[in-house]
Amino acid sequence: MAQRLKGLIQWLDERVGLGDIRALGTHKQVPIHRHSIWYYFGGTTLFLFGVQAITGILLTLYYRPSPEEAYESVRFITGEVEFGWLIRAIHGWTANLIILVAMIHLFSVLFLRAYRKPREGTWFTGFAMLLLFLGFGFSGYLLPWNELSYFATRVGTEIPGAVPFIGDTIVQVMRGGEEVTGATLSRFYGLHIAILPAMFTLLLGVHLFLVQRHGMSVPESVEKASAGKPARTMPFLPNFMLRDMVGWLGVLGLLAGLAALAPEGDGFFVKLELGEKADLFGATPAGLRPEWYFLAMFYSLKLLPGHIFGIDWLVGEQVGVLCFTLVGAAFFFLPLIDRGKRFLLVRVAGSLVLVWLIVFTILGRVMK
Amino acid sequence: MDRDPTLRSRRSFLDMVIGLGFTGLAAAVLYPVARYLIPPVRSGPGTRSVVLDPDDPAQVDPETRIFVFGSRPGILVKGPGGQWKAFSAVCTHLSCTVRFQAESNQIWCPCHNGLFDLNGRNIPGTPPPRPLEEFEVHEREDESGKKTLLVSKGRSA
Repeated sequence: MAQRLKGLIQWLDERVGLGDIRALGTHKQVPIHRHSIWYYFGGTTLFLFGVQAITGILLTLYYRPSPEEAYESVRFITGEVEFGWLIRAIHGWTANLIILVAMIHLFSVLFLRAYRKPREGTWFTGFAMLLLFLGFGFSGYLLPWNELSYFATRVGTEIPGAVPFIGDTIVQVMRGGEEVTGATLSRFYGLHIAILPAMFTLLLGVHLFLVQRHGMSVPESVEKASAGKPARTMPFLPNFMLRDMVGWLGVLGLLAGLAALAPEGDGFFVKLELGEKADLFGATPAGLRPEWYFLAMFYSLKLLPGHIFGIDWLVGEQVGVLCFTLVGAAFFFLPLIDRGKRFLLVRVAGSLVLVWLIVFTILGRVMK
Repeated sequence: MDRDPTLRSRRSFLDMVIGLGFTGLAAAVLYPVARYLIPPVRSGPGTRSVVLDPDDPAQVDPETRIFVFGSRPGILVKGPGGQWKAFSAVCTHLSCTVRFQAESNQIWCPCHNGLFDLNGRNIPGTPPPRPLEEFEVHEREDESGKKTLLVSKGRSA
């Protein structure tokens, strides 16, 4: 048997060149220092994406993307298909966790300045993937076609309308018409299961290639402390990979626990219950809120008056959306902004944004 | 070794032609895709008017005062002078559906706490930037003596 396997490996090696691939893995070293823990969050995000791909594909087997059938088909999945509730609960919980983990990954890279030369491209692709996650979350939220998702989508798709000149066109392209209807559902479905995954896969490929190319970034403080001395490292294969997988196993256990104990979410930040079917002419239910990762923006828009300082052309909503866009752009271009000795500024600004995110997320959830 | 200047210019000319060809090809592919993404505008007249019985809960929700106006929700309230007033129930902030709030005697949007008075005017300091779109309301009596309301979009709309 072992002889056979060896033969097979040799057969493959002669044709594919397995040795090169193995060399690629074994050459990679992961530095060991007191910030090493942050290296795990990227891999965890990748693992969670795998979970989303698998559970998402499984959900497509029963889900039907039309206003007449969407809600009923999700009800069928959770109510009648064996373990359907579990698949949906894991997909829903993972959707929330993946954004949390990706955000931790982003802020750890920011505060450790791991985006500095030559890793700008890794940052750009990483940030773009976080935006895609938000797109995944927003488009996936509509698919059950329930009351909350319908109104959340109406508000969410209205927001680009604040963009001057082309705003209305953007809204129409997003909705597939003037209003949120079955056309919107078809579009969001296509976006959610084909367009976004294709874009994501492309970015992920570049991101992983760059990580492999550059190796792990070592924080400046660690570099300085170990000046001259060779830094401690561990091989990526198998040492780091095995540790990574222990983390994944833990996350999988966490997911299974959350999905089994709270298949409809915790009811506070994560809400997965199906609720009522969308009624296009019904009143917006009181206490409507978006998903937790949009709460900070949602609460900011709630605080802004229609006209700031009563000035006619200073429309609150437009000012708000402009601010979010500027902050997003500043994050994206961070490696280009932070040149020379601007890291203190980046740290302060990054901390402010983080505090805003945390405080406004909580306020957005708690305040009436 | 191309000392012949005509050779150079011929090559750059061909590069330009090929470049133009590919640009044209890209445009020919992208233009239909971009147009495809913009949804067609449905032709045919939209709803201009509806006839409502204000006391029928199947037509006007007694609590939220919402009724169906074509493909959008409308809201019917008694104005400050006791006359009927109807508006589009689409909030001018971010297009949630507004509703009547009995406690404050105002029109309220549950999404971002936008407020309008019973004349549909946005209350300063709350998120909506504009008043609600107002519909015209005409009271009429049918043969049986029952009062109904004709709610219609103004000519300006």
